[in-house]
Amino acid sequence: MNAALQGLITILLGVGGCVAYYTLSNLLVDTLLFPARGPHQARNIRRANLVRPWLFLAPALFVLAVYLAYPVIETLRLSLSERVAGDGSRFVGFANYVQMLSESKFREAMRNNLLWLVVVPAAATAFGLLAARLTDRIRWGSLAKSLIFMPMAISFVGAAVIFKLIYDFRPPGQAQIGALNALVLFLGGSEPRAWLTMPLWNNFFLMAVLVWIQTGFAMVILSAALRGIPEETIEAAIIDGAGPFQLFFRIQVPQIRGTIAVVWTTITVVVLKIFDIVFAMTNGQWGTQVLANYMYDKLFRAGDWGVGSASAVVLMLLVTPILVWNVANARREMR
Amino acid sequence: MASLELKQLTKAYADVDILHGLDLHIGEGEFVVFVGPSGCGKSTLLRMIAGLETISAGELWIGGRRVNEVPPSERGIAMVFQSYALYPHMTVFDNMAFGLRIAKVPKAEISARVREVAQVLQLTPVLERLPKALSGGQRQRVAIGRAIVRQPAVFLFDEPLSNLDAALRVATRIEIARLKERLPGTTMIYVTHDQVEAMTLADRIVVLSAGRIEQVGTPLELYRRPANLFVARFIGSPAMNIFDARVGHGGAATCTAAGDTEIRLLTAGETPAAGSPLKLGVRPEHLEFAAGGPALLSGVVSLVESLGEVTNVYLDVPGTDEPVVARLAGSQSLRRGDTVALTADPAAMHWFDADGRAIRPSELPAD
Amino acid sequence: MPEIAGRRSALGWALNLSALALVLLWTFPTAGLLVSSFRTADQIAGSGWWRAMVPADRNLILRAAPPAAQREHEGLFVLEGNLFDEADAPRAAISAFGVSSRAIDAHRPGTTAELRNGERIEVAANGDYRHSSAQAMQGRRGQRVFVTATIAPSFTLDNYRHVLLDPHNVEGMSRAFFNTLTVTIPATIIPILVAAFAAYALAWMAFPGRALLVAAIVGLLVVPLQLALIPLLKLHNDLGIGKGYVGVWLAHTGFGLPLAIYLLRNYMVGLPREIIENARVDGASELQIFVRIVLPLSFPALASFAIFQFLWTWNDLLVALVFLIDSSGETTVMTKNLLELLGTRGGNWEILATSAFVSIALPLLVFFSLQRYLVRGLLAGSVKGG
Repeated sequence: MNAALQGLITILLGVGGCVAYYTLSNLLVDTLLFPARGPHQARNIRRANLVRPWLFLAPALFVLAVYLAYPVIETLRLSLSERVAGDGSRFVGFANYVQMLSESKFREAMRNNLLWLVVVPAAATAFGLLAARLTDRIRWGSLAKSLIFMPMAISFVGAAVIFKLIYDFRPPGQAQIGALNALVLFLGGSEPRAWLTMPLWNNFFLMAVLVWIQTGFAMVILSAALRGIPEETIEAAIIDGAGPFQLFFRIQVPQIRGTIAVVWTTITVVVLKIFDIVFAMTNGQWGTQVLANYMYDKLFRAGDWGVGSASAVVLMLLVTPILVWNVANARREMR
Repeated sequence: MASLELKQLTKAYADVDILHGLDLHIGEGEFVVFVGPSGCGKSTLLRMIAGLETISAGELWIGGRRVNEVPPSERGIAMVFQSYALYPHMTVFDNMAFGLRIAKVPKAEISARVREVAQVLQLTPVLERLPKALSGGQRQRVAIGRAIVRQPAVFLFDEPLSNLDAALRVATRIEIARLKERLPGTTMIYVTHDQVEAMTLADRIVVLSAGRIEQVGTPLELYRRPANLFVARFIGSPAMNIFDARVGHGGAATCTAAGDTEIRLLTAGETPAAGSPLKLGVRPEHLEFAAGGPALLSGVVSLVESLGEVTNVYLDVPGTDEPVVARLAGSQSLRRGDTVALTADPAAMHWFDADGRAIRPSELPAD
Repeated sequence: MPEIAGRRSALGWALNLSALALVLLWTFPTAGLLVSSFRTADQIAGSGWWRAMVPADRNLILRAAPPAAQREHEGLFVLEGNLFDEADAPRAAISAFGVSSRAIDAHRPGTTAELRNGERIEVAANGDYRHSSAQAMQGRRGQRVFVTATIAPSFTLDNYRHVLLDPHNVEGMSRAFFNTLTVTIPATIIPILVAAFAAYALAWMAFPGRALLVAAIVGLLVVPLQLALIPLLKLHNDLGIGKGYVGVWLAHTGFGLPLAIYLLRNYMVGLPREIIENARVDGASELQIFVRIVLPLSFPALASFAIFQFLWTWNDLLVALVFLIDSSGETTVMTKNLLELLGTRGGNWEILATSAFVSIALPLLVFFSLQRYLVRGLLAGSVKGG
């Protein structure tokens, strides 16, 4: 079947199905099960109101349960078992974890992930703060914001292509078409380098891609927070004689500390899951492996579901503190 | 066209009582104002009548029908909200027609009813506009019109004027008063914290405090015969001055704040035992210069507010914590630091017992 | 604070210049891609893309007309013409030429170079040449001439023609473009609808466990979708969906739901309570309130999420790899196509750059036209800090 046609039919089925479900289920409750008239009017209304929220929620809860909650549990189970011939699996305890810990590629991935975890959120937040501060005070600020924010719309793979062009390497003597090598030679460097194969340093060249993408996000949020600071506190500080740097670091930044934390953690979650950039640019070679790519290797190249799931569980564990912090914040917000 | 009956109406959130068993009868076509300080439960009470809050205990009857569990749309009520609550994505016409469309009223009738109401409220030229293109007064009129179109038996107003500026507030207050004339059979319940609105609009006022009804009565009844200290202080501006006093002998009392002056104690009923504590209340507008005669109190002027037709004078009087306020006619040439002696007609004095209950219906001279 | 007295304008200049530097740094990478996509393979290999705008000296190898075209004139055999025209190349200004690969810039334009066996060739700065000989010239091919020419900037649409329109190009992006579109549109629309109903219930209906559910949604926001890959692939296989569009639509719906519900609920909670109560007094049922009041009023939030989900599904690689693309490769999406090109055509920047730009063009368009909603969504969507 033509995919476009199939897509159209799916949209119609999906939307039509949802509309039909919501309409009919409400109709069922209101007219057949608990009609709001007759001798039991009051009781029926009360019961209908008890049932109705669940009618509205049911499809979403079903999808969330199947597509997010169940997989978490199933992955946990898979990480503790091993595939056996046929379609079954066998419980093996922590064997997968033990094997994983013994692999140097896994340790490399953990080391790199931690490196990413420190560098990217810090750099993106710092650049975002700088960009927010600079663009908030100039006349063409909204244009500047747009341009810095733009990489947000670009796919990780697209960004990988863009940065591969920047890191491009041609043997000495040829014209260097990669901007980084051209710059190095222009500044008096002796010879061009193949940046993506330089151990350890290549990690930072990969991180630059994500920093480039995430800075816009940090800038947008932080700029809104900066503008939300009561103007009076800034004016009071100016009258007290604070210079622009004191104003920024001692009056403005402390007041948006909460927002900075939010930006930091949000980028942290993105960093933990980072996959496409490494997959597209180095595929984990030359010491650039990261957890998500390691997991993909295990699951879909080696077909080792046990170790792959174990690494997914590690990923989940790394995200958990942020999850808890977010939930706690949201609950405080609701109260 | 309906009367309302509240029987031991109670509201509780998680074991905390917000309203404590209210009893009230509201007659058909009456304009009743619920007034009280914020947090007294007046809005909750209105929302319970509307059906927007459940009733924890007690009964609510509208038009001879018990409506505790009846949904809002079937109670025969219409409500005008504080923020107008216009549907921002619908035109004025659609805003007014929404309820009728839900009720599946025929199209022609909807159009006729909406246009008729729009005519009366001078909204015809703006029927096709969105709320955001209207002035504050127009929005308020749409909110009222939307309620009228539904031809309710009971009209509910939840602080409808508090979002308007001072000039518009007066104009809309007059608009609502006219509405009352135009719809004589419709019962109206109006919630406000502003006693001027209450006094000017109400047939009867219900004063609420901390989830209890303090007093029900016509505006002048509340002014002249406040049933307790709370109502006495709440109605009237500036608020009534309150002094400590003590029952003396032979139908007299001594006001401790006023230099133990002996004051004739007019009691309609039984006089409390000698020596028991009392409160004496005197409205600022009933204080006047002693002019050589016996003074009720004397004090040092701390602040003078000249308003033109009247002058508010604040006095520091020994033995009282709060400054005493006197509202004197015309302009006064008083200055800070002057010593002033004031008196009042005993008939204009209000007496309250230790629990704050009025012990004597004071008989004001006829106006 | 431009009005504050006594501020030095130098500070303003520093501010503007730093901002400009930052903006240039951030747009430079994308600009490189865009410029490269309009250059030929030779141009890309010959000079960095940042030189594309200025005239560049290039060494070219051109040929005079073949001997077959020679005419005899006053005892001389002559070939005349223009070197650039013979090669179908755009004309350029010649600064030097040579007739041997060992000395490619031996002669100034306008002078005559001696060839072997007494032949001579004169080349003018504009490429006009006169090749003459006392005897008839032999051979099939024309005389080689090495020229150093200043080439004016030139750009071409050929790359786009090749990548998008060439039906023989198996690596072309047109099929992947439509596949991506096919993935994206249902995967954007369906979660919106499901999430909107749930968000309304979580925002405006009172029921036990509501706070717990909201907290759970916030928690699910950060669950890595990597955890879902194998269990769901197994599930899809068991259900007979296998790999394909249905699977990828369902997966995107599931993964997008927490953010959708969270965003929409946050927005709906902020709608004025009185409007909803007024609708209730007007007799509207919950369904009517939702459809006729809440949904229209939530348009900004719906738009925000739609943009997010569109960008996310359009740019996604992992979910498509796992749930969509089978071994036939018929259902490849643009990110996957690009990835393959990176592997097979790593040095062909004209193809890579053009393909990459094709894949990011639509998101960029959406981004620039609907940025307002995107920003609003971001502000509402980040879990608020303490």
